[in-house]
Amino acid sequence: MLLISCPYCGVERPETEFRYGGEAHIARPADPSQLNDEEWAQFLYMRTNTRGLYAERWRHAHGCGRFFNAVRDTVSDKFVCTYKAGEPKPDLDALARASQEKDAR
Amino acid sequence: MAEIYTPAASLAPVLRQDAVSIQKTAPLARLSFRGRAEAQAAVAGALGFALPQAPLSAATGAGKVALWLGPDEWLLLAPEAELEAFEAAVNAAVAGLAASVTDISHRQDAVLVSGPRAAWLLNAGVPIDLALPAFPVGMVTRTLCHKAEVILWRKAEDQFVLECWRSFQPYVLEHLLDAARELSTA
Ligand SMILES: [Zn+2]
Repeated sequence: MLLISCPYCGVERPETEFRYGGEAHIARPADPSQLNDEEWAQFLYMRTNTRGLYAERWRHAHGCGRFFNAVRDTVSDKFVCTYKAGEPKPDLDALARASQEKDAR
Repeated sequence: MAEIYTPAASLAPVLRQDAVSIQKTAPLARLSFRGRAEAQAAVAGALGFALPQAPLSAATGAGKVALWLGPDEWLLLAPEAELEAFEAAVNAAVAGLAASVTDISHRQDAVLVSGPRAAWLLNAGVPIDLALPAFPVGMVTRTLCHKAEVILWRKAEDQFVLECWRSFQPYVLEHLLDAARELSTA
């Protein structure tokens, strides 16, 4: 069973309590009416879809109900860390290097 | 104080075995409260005690209970007879503030799961660690029982309150009774 650590509850819980929320740190345009169709489509649909570490939103749907962010490896499905909404995006390159060094040891 | 969840005296136990029993509980006044710090302080005034701020914790006082469900969400419990006065007091306290107070007394229903195998039986459907170090007495959480969302509150080492939406309760109980057959035939 895949366990995910909720930064609001402070505990690890099974994946079934959570819902996936897509890529994290995508800011909604301040004034959508100023965007042309291509820019709007870019905001709505285009995602980086990284192979490797990916910052994404999750919601503790059957727990505290809160959205939070997580860094997950899309290859191994391993969660590297989770953090509260509003906290800065971690340095994914540094995290990737750290986990590579750990694996090499 | 008296326990807020009491067995429904008029109803036969759902399950009665040496190792574990399931008993429906008497009706309660239940309010769902959501709000930020200012509204939380106002509700504390109406309750007579502070809302628990530690995740997964409960607070009790003056015949009422507040269960932490999320950083801005609590389930408030009071005796059934006090529903109207309780709801009016909480609504008056948060008047003018951004907050939500909803009477959900009849949306949810609870059972008491008791006995030395209570945690074992619940773990047939609840996928979280219920060992005492991980889920101590007094801890409360929303989680799942099979596919139904439930609120689980550990009242004692061998007693839990299991609350869910009332239309889900037959589903939850059937699953628990099914798991309990493993104990009765052992
Ligand atoms: Zn949570």
